[in-house]
Amino acid sequence: MGQQHDIYYVPSKSQWPIVAAVVMFLTVFGAAHWLDAEPGESGFGKTLLLVGFVGILGMFFGWFRSVIRESMRGYYNSQVDRSFRMGMMWFIFSEVMFFGAFFGALFYVRMFSVPWLGGEGHGVLTHQYLWSEYAASWGAGGGNGPAHVGGAFQTVAPWGLPLLNTLILLSSSVTVTIAHHALQAGHRGKVLAFLGFTVLLGAGFLFCQAHEYAEAYKELNLTLGSGVYGCTFFMLTGFHGMHVTLGTIMLAIIWLRVLAGHFSKEHHFGFEAVAWYWHFVDVVWLGLFMFVYIL
Amino acid sequence: MAHAATHDEHHDEHHEHLNFFQRWVMSTNHKDIGTLYLVFSLLMFFIGGSFAMVIRAELFKPGLQLVQPYFFNEMTTMHALVMIFGAVMPAFVGLGNWMIPLMVGAPDMALPRMNNLSFWILPFAFALLLSTLFLPGGGPAGGWTMYPPLSLQSASTAYVVFAVHLMGISSIMGAINIIATILNMRAPGMDLLKMPVFVWSWLITAFLLIAVMPVLAGAVTMLLTDKYFNTHFFDAAGGGDPVLFQHVFWFFGHPEVYIMILPAFGIISEIIPTFARKPIFGYKAMVFAIASIAFLSFIVWAHHMFAVGLPLGAEIFFMYATMLIAVPTGVKVFNWVATMWGGSMTFETPMLFAVAFVILFTIGGFSGLMLALVPADFQYHDTYFVVAHFHYVLVTGAIFAIIAATYYWIPKWTGHMYSEFWGKMHFWNSVVWVNVLFFPQHFLGLAGMPRRIPDYNVAFANFNMISSIGGFLFGASQLIFVGVLIHCVWFSKKKATDRVWEGAKGLEWTVPSPAPHHTFSIAPVVHDEELAHGHVED
Ligand code: HEM
Ligand SMILES: [Cu+2]
Repeated sequence: MGQQHDIYYVPSKSQWPIVAAVVMFLTVFGAAHWLDAEPGESGFGKTLLLVGFVGILGMFFGWFRSVIRESMRGYYNSQVDRSFRMGMMWFIFSEVMFFGAFFGALFYVRMFSVPWLGGEGHGVLTHQYLWSEYAASWGAGGGNGPAHVGGAFQTVAPWGLPLLNTLILLSSSVTVTIAHHALQAGHRGKVLAFLGFTVLLGAGFLFCQAHEYAEAYKELNLTLGSGVYGCTFFMLTGFHGMHVTLGTIMLAIIWLRVLAGHFSKEHHFGFEAVAWYWHFVDVVWLGLFMFVYIL
Repeated sequence: MAHAATHDEHHDEHHEHLNFFQRWVMSTNHKDIGTLYLVFSLLMFFIGGSFAMVIRAELFKPGLQLVQPYFFNEMTTMHALVMIFGAVMPAFVGLGNWMIPLMVGAPDMALPRMNNLSFWILPFAFALLLSTLFLPGGGPAGGWTMYPPLSLQSASTAYVVFAVHLMGISSIMGAINIIATILNMRAPGMDLLKMPVFVWSWLITAFLLIAVMPVLAGAVTMLLTDKYFNTHFFDAAGGGDPVLFQHVFWFFGHPEVYIMILPAFGIISEIIPTFARKPIFGYKAMVFAIASIAFLSFIVWAHHMFAVGLPLGAEIFFMYATMLIAVPTGVKVFNWVATMWGGSMTFETPMLFAVAFVILFTIGGFSGLMLALVPADFQYHDTYFVVAHFHYVLVTGAIFAIIAATYYWIPKWTGHMYSEFWGKMHFWNSVVWVNVLFFPQHFLGLAGMPRRIPDYNVAFANFNMISSIGGFLFGASQLIFVGVLIHCVWFSKKKATDRVWEGAKGLEWTVPSPAPHHTFSIAPVVHDEELAHGHVED
């Protein structure tokens, strides 16, 4: 069906949206049931969470498969392509704002709440009446607050693994760009090689981060419960790590799609969308490296 | 809509037979999905409304009357969450779904499958939220603002947080779809500065949604981890601060209130020119006013936190920034009045609601200005004065606009005219009782009655009783609305013309009534004379 080229393709009906809504519901219902269960009582929460999660994977597979089929059949004209591009761009913008909330929290505790608890400026009375001993500082000394929740801890040194991870992510941005240029030039072998590198670099990053987390918990006593230092550290790097995981999986899928010959020199939006996403994850990391590790 | 559409099925190029399930659950059609949103929103309006009836019944007399305090708090919390995320926002998305493609000459929304997902998440999200009322520990009772530590003490935090996540995902996808539709799907000739103001208002609202819904998601995620995963974002002992939550929440929250009013501005800017039979006064000024309100909405959030103990410099900054919003808002109000000035006006039901909007929303704007004054707000904060303020802007503002839009466009949706008599009955009952309901709350607040309490000093008895009576009757008046809708959809014999309203202009009035299942499959050729804002010189 190489049909009329300038009709905006509107699929007639689809089961995927309702499937998606159901599996998302199962996932969060399971998670909520699990979290809210009385201690000792286990309930069906975990099972449901697992079922929902597997369902989400299946849903993505099915949904994207039908989109890929339509794309291969040439249903999407340039206007549809533009809609996809806008969709991806604004999705990434929403992700930026999501990280913004956590960066905002980090800046707030560092600039305001911790110094105030130490008796500066605005919070003098809290300091005087509750914690007059507390000398505000960030990092190992006072980053877990006046009650030193979670006990004494050490911070992760920026110039070891985090620096390595920075180099890994930066070079992965380069390799994905080389792969993109190769795709535009039609060198499939080169695309596969450089995209493959990118996937490996992503996996390497995740490996280093897992190692770093293990060390933080075991040797540094830096945990999610280590006051605001611990929770900002793990929330920011953790959410970023989840995005790297997702990005790596997406890159791997794109690699398979290159192998399957899905992309042409001109039409390869799927590739580009994932590349944009990867660059975004990279930029977020630079912010993290700066504000979480170095400063 | 009803199956009255047989005669225009030959317009329908891609027509195919869909059974009930396929048509409504597997839909990719912007009109069907718009209808789903609107029906869902009406259902939520009544569920949220029934919670309000419980609140007003309890407050009818001083002393604990009917319900336990915890249940009362569940009611105030749920009422707000259901009305904001379940009634007002989905109604606007439904109107946008129905009308934006028709107004810009697009065959459908840009991403039709995602559109359906945006809708279908909502019933599940609200099932999750409402189910907490039946759980052993009870539902959330810390207020819709979910301030810690209080919100962490009530039950079911995880359910609420995940429900909010789902609603956020739905809103973000809906907003992305609307932006892509408006920027990418306009018919040739439909320049940005010729678009209907409603489309403009949605474009800007969608931007706000994408910018702030993720921030809300971040805020509630921190609540979740503070409660279940031993983090200390909002705990001073660990170096955190409960006020941090308020900052993050209101960074979302203030743009959110504009998310609930900008599309209403758009609707009113469509209706008034039609019934005044004059083009809108100052089209460009209207568009720029919406844009500047949206911009300012990002730098005023702390006006909700004046009483929490902010540094003086912050209080002053946020006070003046807040008052600045009155300028573009004033531009809008004056332009609506100027549009009516010298027009040959008629007062069909949509126009009645629109005129009431202009007057009553302005009252809400004035009380907002009073609240924006830091020294005054120390008095008014957390009193019924705030409750009166936001109900004027939200009920006589957002909800009146939604009702006006429904009367205005329902002939296009169904192909039938609604009953003008019962529409007017609905209007006059609503407009009288809503004022009986909310106006006395200003006095209660000024006299010091705190909000969110099930019992009060006997000194407040009279006004509370008046307010409750207004509440019951306002609630009952909305049953007239349902009656009018049912009659219009299934029973009305009066056929609507394509143009429906004598003074109506714009692409949506060039298609048949009811609008066929698929419209503008081939982009129309747009002539400036057809458009409401075809000649923009000012
Ligand atoms: C002229 C424009 C406005 C100004 C100056 C203004 C100002 C304010 C201020 C200062 C407060 C905080 C009062 C307090 O808690 O002590 C407030 C509360 C509120 N406003 Fe407005 N407002 C304006 C317009 C609007 C609009 C258009 C909406 C929604 C459509 C809105 C919805 C609300 C809501 C929902 C609250 C209460 C939130 C809560 O605490 O639960 N306002 N407003
Ligand atoms: Cu506000």
